[in-house]
Amino acid sequence: MSTTEHASRGKLLAPRVPARTHSPPLWAVRGEISRHTYLAFALAGLIVPLLAWWALARSGFANPTFLPGPGAVVQRLASWWTDDGLAQDIGISVYRVVGGWALSAVIALPLGLLIGTFRPVQAMLEPLTDFIRYMPAVAFIPLVMLWIGIDEGSKIAIIFIGTFFQMVLMIAENVRAVPIAQIEAAQTMGATREELVRLVIFPSSKPAILDTLRITMGWAWTYLVVAELVAANSGLGYAILKAQRYLQTDRIFGGILLIGLIGLLIDQAFRLVHRLCFGKWMTRR
Amino acid sequence: MNFLSSKISIGRVSKYFGRGSAQIRALADIELDVQENEFVTLVGASGCGKSTLLRILGGLETIDEGAVRVDGQPIEGPGVERAMVFQHYSLYPWLTVRENIQFSRRLKTNRRDQTESTVEVASGRADALLRSMGLTHVEHSYPNQLSGGMQQRVAIARALQGRPSILLMDEPFGALDAQTREVMHDLILHVHGLEKTTIVFVTHDVEEAIYLGHRVVLMAPRPGRIDTIYDVPLPARRDPDMKLSPAFIALKREILARIRETSGMKTDLDMLEQLTRTAV
Repeated sequence: MSTTEHASRGKLLAPRVPARTHSPPLWAVRGEISRHTYLAFALAGLIVPLLAWWALARSGFANPTFLPGPGAVVQRLASWWTDDGLAQDIGISVYRVVGGWALSAVIALPLGLLIGTFRPVQAMLEPLTDFIRYMPAVAFIPLVMLWIGIDEGSKIAIIFIGTFFQMVLMIAENVRAVPIAQIEAAQTMGATREELVRLVIFPSSKPAILDTLRITMGWAWTYLVVAELVAANSGLGYAILKAQRYLQTDRIFGGILLIGLIGLLIDQAFRLVHRLCFGKWMTRR
Repeated sequence: MNFLSSKISIGRVSKYFGRGSAQIRALADIELDVQENEFVTLVGASGCGKSTLLRILGGLETIDEGAVRVDGQPIEGPGVERAMVFQHYSLYPWLTVRENIQFSRRLKTNRRDQTESTVEVASGRADALLRSMGLTHVEHSYPNQLSGGMQQRVAIARALQGRPSILLMDEPFGALDAQTREVMHDLILHVHGLEKTTIVFVTHDVEEAIYLGHRVVLMAPRPGRIDTIYDVPLPARRDPDMKLSPAFIALKREILARIRETSGMKTDLDMLEQLTRTAV
């Protein structure tokens, strides 16, 4: 009783120390924790491995040729940026990944919608897609080189092969997850098939599809190094591969960390778009 | 009852699910006539086909034998004169309450003869429904921000927007808590009085079926069939106190006993009885 009193008075009057509430137990099963606690744990999760890495590199226990410290990696990144065209490497890699992913998305979106909506399309395409998606994308490299050549198209093609088939199936699944009651309600209001897809199925599955696009973007990045195996002479993946030849482990570390960082940034951008587009109606009371 | 004057007439309707040895008779020789402005409730144990029958009326399921006529015309798929209210998940979460209610305006069927005045009428209709359903203050909210009871009111308002002559309700209050359900009962009775619609209402709650219905149709499973039709011996104007009247309780007892007899759960009951006997 007294806490509500405090709270309501606190709202009306000038800033005042909020009444101390009982904080929930930290290790409760599926328990909620405050934003501050969350951030503290998140930071610890990042800093602890970084410190461990630094300590291991400093200890002299590991040969610095094979395990460079964080300082060496940062230095390498700096010189890569100033002398070795890191910006260009990042640019071309982003171009290839986003290109391959976008090409996948453009084709997978309508196909996934059709597979998830119409049984005959599902029967015709889903087993086939399921079959192809188990084929290793790397194994397609020789074919891609023969068919497309060794320019940008081939790198985009590898990333496309790596993401497309998963993406189609996931989008079809997102579409199938639309509650049947939403569809039938529209039918009883006189919606045509085309209207069902355009006015119900697509808008209803949009948030899930955006999540699929975000997740497959992550997978597209994992295919970058593979794609840049194909007669590349630029890009982050290529740089990593080349660094192996010159024993530049610091560059390998830097390249891997950069790919992770770029992936994380893109992922956060997707989440932001998701919140902006759908947050308004998806949040429960 | 006269075939021609019935609002809905269901004649010897059968429906099968599955093929070969796995085939089951979901509905067997269903005969039922529903009069204009009547409120009919369907109850029965699970698997008795009550929802299937309702979905047939809604045009969402086809029949294998027999005939279903609405106003003397055979049913061919869904139609705007037969609106349907589902148990849940039928609202469009990306649309506001008002947009949900006016969803049908986005469809070609209703746009074809749309003039400025019909648009005005439609939006006036939405206003009136928002008012009578107590939704005016949340018209710009999204469904996820509403309680379950409010969401069902939106679903009912949306179904009524097109002035259907028949309202088909498939356990619309099944997911609501008991208090909210009682409020919804009086609301739907009010709507029925106001709109002069014919209502076919599926439920597994016998009390709900008696309180709302002019007639209670008891269905039985394996095969899905109509077992008994009860006339509800209550005045047309219902009020919650009637749920405690002797006539109400007697009918409830009769129907519950009959459901138990027809549900095929008899073996379970026998087993339970045996268990209690051995326990002692």
